[in-house]
Amino acid sequence: MKVLVPVKRVIDYNVKVRVKADGSGVDLANVKMSMNPFDEIAVEEAIRLKEAGKADEVVAVSIGVKQAQETLRTALAMGADRAILVVAADDVHQDIEPLAVAKILAKVVEEEAPGLVLMGKQAIDNDMNATGQMLSALMGWSQATYANALEVEGDSAVVTREVDGGLQTVKVKMPTIVTTDLRLNEPRYASLPNIMKAKKKPLDEKTAADYGVDVAPRLEIVKTGEPPVREAGEMVGSVDELVSKLKEKGIV
Amino acid sequence: MAVLLIAEINDGALSMDATAKAVSAVSALGDVTLLACGASAKEAAAEAATIEGVSKVLVAEDALYGHRLAEPVAALIVSLAGDYSHIVAPATTDAKNILPRVAALLDVMILTDVSGVVDADTFERPIYAGNAVQTVKSSDSVKVLTVRTSTFDAAGTGAAAPVEDIAAGENPGLSEWVEDKVAESDRPELTSAGIVVSGGRGIGSEENFEMIEKLADKLGAAVGASRAAVDSGFAPNDWQVGQTGKVVAPDLYIAVGISGAIQHLAGMKDSKVIVAINKDEEAPIFQVADYGLVADLFEAVPELTDKL
Repeated sequence: MKVLVPVKRVIDYNVKVRVKADGSGVDLANVKMSMNPFDEIAVEEAIRLKEAGKADEVVAVSIGVKQAQETLRTALAMGADRAILVVAADDVHQDIEPLAVAKILAKVVEEEAPGLVLMGKQAIDNDMNATGQMLSALMGWSQATYANALEVEGDSAVVTREVDGGLQTVKVKMPTIVTTDLRLNEPRYASLPNIMKAKKKPLDEKTAADYGVDVAPRLEIVKTGEPPVREAGEMVGSVDELVSKLKEKGIV
Repeated sequence: MAVLLIAEINDGALSMDATAKAVSAVSALGDVTLLACGASAKEAAAEAATIEGVSKVLVAEDALYGHRLAEPVAALIVSLAGDYSHIVAPATTDAKNILPRVAALLDVMILTDVSGVVDADTFERPIYAGNAVQTVKSSDSVKVLTVRTSTFDAAGTGAAAPVEDIAAGENPGLSEWVEDKVAESDRPELTSAGIVVSGGRGIGSEENFEMIEKLADKLGAAVGASRAAVDSGFAPNDWQVGQTGKVVAPDLYIAVGISGAIQHLAGMKDSKVIVAINKDEEAPIFQVADYGLVADLFEAVPELTDKL
């Protein structure tokens, strides 16, 4: 079975996000970028499936700016076998919407015919939480989102999902789309020898036009602003003082 | 314009809070028709029909919708979509699973976690874990959105909208439910509780979390946790408050041993009063707290439990 893992290049998880003064977006110039953390979990899970003999090839794919090839090299260094870069934007500030990404991925899926697509449940930049579900819809496949555990058994997969009430386990028909939640696994670090090896692994470069997909956004960004700031209150010196303050406010 | 709003129903029970807040978020956009679906949905539909601002309730009661699997529910919603300008649901894990599938089937974009409705085409939503708020205008013919309920007040009840049965759709046969592991609890539900007591990494262990639970039970509160506490195995995943967990806005939020990572703040900073107890006086949580107490939580929390 082939596993396809879409990965997104996003602002590094540890970088403090700055909103641009003109309200046009978040400043991404000269900011450290990394693989979306949920996608790292997806890459890790795919490699574990290969190590367990359940998958025979792991293909990473990224859609965005040319620099996303760095993100793909990270996936290759972790253990993916080869990569596909679909260039769909010139400017790092241009985010490709989940619907357009899903349409491109659907074409890649048709070409590659994977048995499983493993991807992050959401990207930490636009926080949409949508691409996996959309790809599943376009393919007419089953979907299992927010995975906390995954077992592939022949022509089906049993997935435990993190849901509001606790955990839900579903059995889905293969091929399928699984989106990863935080606790599915802990991604490995790429070792230096593997980083060197990754440079020699195949990386195909395509464009959105090669797949005939229009990536024009459906949502016009009117404004990007700072969230409302909450003022700090006061420090209290003891539990007694805290209790009396809360009683004064009438909330306990 | 007309809105189709998916009522939040679990095992036959309506989540009145989430559904009524979603109704108030979108009632200005047009007539609101609720869709109640589930293996048992009639009672929930009757209850939902009392929400002010609802003009009609459609009931699809069928075993097919028992566990709200995305594939059959999305197919049902798409079959009804032609009559509506907006398809909306509260941003629960169920709706976040289902509505992007609906949007793609309709060839439109999805707007998730909407925190503000500007007009029929324009919506606000948090991005970058709540570090920025984006206003977006949709050019799609149908708007599909999930609503972050913590920012809206619940619509009142007392209405009596007509309830109409509709036929179930086909079973796409792509997935089946195996089991739920739901923690049974007498505590209020996290996202609608008036008081939430949350513990973080500072709690140190699953056993020590009992201290948080005792304080919560004294206050009749729900229990929450930071991502660090959940990742460390101190608390179950459904307690997680934050950008990738639950977003809450209770009257009182007590954060214990939580440093206040931006990811966590995104899930609770709309709370009316925030209390923080932490031994590190530099912890960022104090920058958003109304009342901060620098103390050893192992002494302060039992003392607080006694004195309340």
